[in-house]
Amino acid sequence: MTYLAKPKLHHPALARNALGLTRRDYEGAISTLCAGCGHDSISAALIQACFELGIAPHRVAKLSGIGCSSKTPTYFLGNSHGFNSVHGRMPSVLTGAALANRDLIYIGVSGDGDSASIGLGQFAHALRRGVDMVYIVENNGVYGLTKGQFSATADKGSKSKRGAVNHDEPIDLVVLALALGASFVARSFSGDKAQLVPLLKAALCHKGAAFLDVVSPCVAFNNHPGSTKSYDYVREHNEAVNRLDFMPERDPIAVDLEPGSVRDVVLHDGGTLRLRKLDGDYDPSDRVRAMAYLEAHRAAGEVVTGLLYADPGARDLHEALETVAAPLNSLGDADLVPGSAALDAINASLR
Amino acid sequence: MNPTDIKRPDYFHKVVDCQWACPAHTQVPEYIRLIAAGRYGDAYLVNWRSNVFPGILGRTCDRPCEPACRRARVEEGSPEHRRNAAKPEPVAICRLKRVAADYKDDIRPRLPQRASARNGKRVALIGAGPASLTVARDLAPLGYECVVFDADALAGGMMRTQIPKFRLPDRVIDEEVGYVLDLGIEFRPGVRIDSLRALMAGAIGGRFDAVFVGSGAPRGRDLDIPGRREAAAHVHIGIDWLASVSFGHTTRIGRRVVVLGGGNTAMDCCRSSRRLGGEDVQVVVRSGFDEMKASPWEKEDAQHEGIPIHNFLVPLAFVHDGGTLTGVRFEKVRPVHDARGRRQLVPTGEPPVEFACDDVLVAIGQENAFPWIERDLEVAFDDRGMPVVDRQTMASTHPAVFFGGDAAFGPKNIIWAVAHGHEAAISIDLACRGEPLSNRPPPHVNLVSQKMGIHEWSYDNAIHADRRYRVPLREVTAALKDIRTEVELGFDPRLAYAEAERCLNCDVETVFSDRLCIECDACVDVCPMDCITFTANGDEADLRTRLSAPAANLAQDLYVSAPVRTGRVMVKDEDVCLHCGLCAERCPTGAWDMQKFLIDAAHAADRLHPPRSVPAAAEAGAMAAD
Repeated sequence: MTYLAKPKLHHPALARNALGLTRRDYEGAISTLCAGCGHDSISAALIQACFELGIAPHRVAKLSGIGCSSKTPTYFLGNSHGFNSVHGRMPSVLTGAALANRDLIYIGVSGDGDSASIGLGQFAHALRRGVDMVYIVENNGVYGLTKGQFSATADKGSKSKRGAVNHDEPIDLVVLALALGASFVARSFSGDKAQLVPLLKAALCHKGAAFLDVVSPCVAFNNHPGSTKSYDYVREHNEAVNRLDFMPERDPIAVDLEPGSVRDVVLHDGGTLRLRKLDGDYDPSDRVRAMAYLEAHRAAGEVVTGLLYADPGARDLHEALETVAAPLNSLGDADLVPGSAALDAINASLR
Repeated sequence: MNPTDIKRPDYFHKVVDCQWACPAHTQVPEYIRLIAAGRYGDAYLVNWRSNVFPGILGRTCDRPCEPACRRARVEEGSPEHRRNAAKPEPVAICRLKRVAADYKDDIRPRLPQRASARNGKRVALIGAGPASLTVARDLAPLGYECVVFDADALAGGMMRTQIPKFRLPDRVIDEEVGYVLDLGIEFRPGVRIDSLRALMAGAIGGRFDAVFVGSGAPRGRDLDIPGRREAAAHVHIGIDWLASVSFGHTTRIGRRVVVLGGGNTAMDCCRSSRRLGGEDVQVVVRSGFDEMKASPWEKEDAQHEGIPIHNFLVPLAFVHDGGTLTGVRFEKVRPVHDARGRRQLVPTGEPPVEFACDDVLVAIGQENAFPWIERDLEVAFDDRGMPVVDRQTMASTHPAVFFGGDAAFGPKNIIWAVAHGHEAAISIDLACRGEPLSNRPPPHVNLVSQKMGIHEWSYDNAIHADRRYRVPLREVTAALKDIRTEVELGFDPRLAYAEAERCLNCDVETVFSDRLCIECDACVDVCPMDCITFTANGDEADLRTRLSAPAANLAQDLYVSAPVRTGRVMVKDEDVCLHCGLCAERCPTGAWDMQKFLIDAAHAADRLHPPRSVPAAAEAGAMAAD
């Protein structure tokens, strides 16, 4: 951690986005996490993604649970809404918030402990309901706040800092998210912003439940030989299936790539995901084959990253519930309490 | 690019913009930290070692350090600057130097002692100005017998005769010239050297092993236009008039005064006139306001005293009535740039304008004059009448004759004279010991970590947002009453502290170790100025375009590491680094460290009295032991 506030001075040539804001305007308080924590890089990637998309900070709600990861919303988007909820209960609080005000952009920030252990049930139901959100798990495979016990995502056979070997099967949140019906699923690495920032931008523009598993090394407790979530291990075993360029609707699409190597996916708002294939066989629109691919590579000790599955036509919770277009929190008493005559009419329709 | 060799002293020296820009390479951030710590005596000695006249320079220096100061560049990126278009300004380095001089305790016991024995060599120094005094200061502790000749009664040269007392009081000159002369230097006042041949033949003061010419640029340029001869009684040459005022020979001037010229001498002339009865004083300059040679702050000071500055007027004639000056006539001109971008002044065709006045001061430049150096002495002169002098060694073509200050390359300023003096002293010492002048001693360099704890540094790394503080001035009417009343009051310790905190500590360097880096990006993410990038290597022009922020300032270097584990290189643009140390604080492995870089330019006296390598740290240690 650092005691100094980050100086307000910035580079004289710092770029501005469509709103006239600089990247620095998307920062939060200075991080109190350990120096070198992968989570800080994820915060920086979120700052970059929101800056590049020109999102107005006050249109974003950040929700989190408990843990190192769940502290991070303090460190980005200082002018956004925030809610630091109970351990593992972020998905429920987020679901409630999203129902009450569908106009905000929801970012759920969680960790492997918060989502894969105490909050596994909450995780599952928020995804299967299709809440319109970006659900990020900052996954370091270890309980950093309690000094380095294995978490539920630690790989079987990986070693703790003190040398103990993990004998439990890991929970692969990506495979779980695919099985549960998340409509945008990706995995990335905190140490690769070139991959992570476009994925975050695409996820922020995706309508429906977007899930990102971001491997984020814990420098204090899980960055040693024998760990499968260290900077070195992930760099050596990173199997990226594609590279993503995200192009918002207004940007013209330049075609300068050799045919066959590129696949464009048009999102509901007109934005385009351009995928450069790195593995010729990988098809991010085939959920079943994606799951098989992930299992096969996990068995080989590889960390598959990239955009793993996207369904641009997905429906979200509001569509399923047929809620009104106006946010519920903006409705007045007259709309919310229509009176006994309306109740009688409903009752009559059920007779 | 190849990995940056940070062992090369120049690399980090260049990052310390102020010190690099200072001709005498004064350790600016070091003394500013000492001022902030209230250690004025220590701050004074850091200055004294490099620039010899801290109290004088703290009032009069041309401050090449300030335009170079990184603070102005980084303030361009402040949110305040964005909102108010506030002018980014450098640290008030020069006026902080004065604080060290004003508030120090008695530093005499800490100055070098007189040499206990002479080494048998004698050096003659011609002119008792800053250049000669610097040479004498550097040589005397080695045992040289230094004899300083000057036509005036007191030592100090132009510092005493040309700089008005309201800018530089005599007591400051007396004190600092005294420190030098007290080293056992013989001063021969009232001796004008009229023949170098006679001096070298031993006819004046005996035989000398070396001669240093520090006689300045003593001749003010005249303006030969109609009326000059007729109105001579009321047309004065600026520097001669200033000297006459300084000696007290001149105590009055006419009510209406026109000063011709746009340099610092013109500013001194007009402000002096205001104090000697000049009520209607005007400065008239050929060129435009921004192109004037005077320092911006000197122009400001003149205007503050109600002196208008008129530009683009070329003098045509002195107007007189039977020998009594009545005014000066000017032609209006405008600047025109020719195809090669050179500016020319072209008459506008408007009728001439006349400024009525009782006296004119001509301050349009100074010239060197060496009528006293015989041209057959092996001291070669070029076709402009200037001696042929080596820019590094200050040697003339005669093996025993050296030049420095304004005498060497024409009018410059005090700090350049000091820098010349240091180099000349090294050369004279080498020459007297029979060594080639190329055997110059290297600078003393020290690079040491400032880490005190996990997040503690031995310097104040917080960045203060304050804008530059103004130096308090004496109220104008009071200031104009007496020509010997100093106008600037100087910073008090509280203001000095606040201004000192604006310094970015550019001498505390970010030092990177590629072997320790795990590429976690923490430094890249936290750097407030986007200085750091990890990327594929390339040539410099290419790399400069591919960084987190484009590195457009070509005067500032890129710090490039050897490849890190992924084969990329770390590239840091030094341009707008705040030296806040956040990269090192956020680095989990210590791949970044903040290390204080102290470079001490070599001085002749170091041969026997080497400098303490880390004065501040050594004393901090001693204090802790108490």
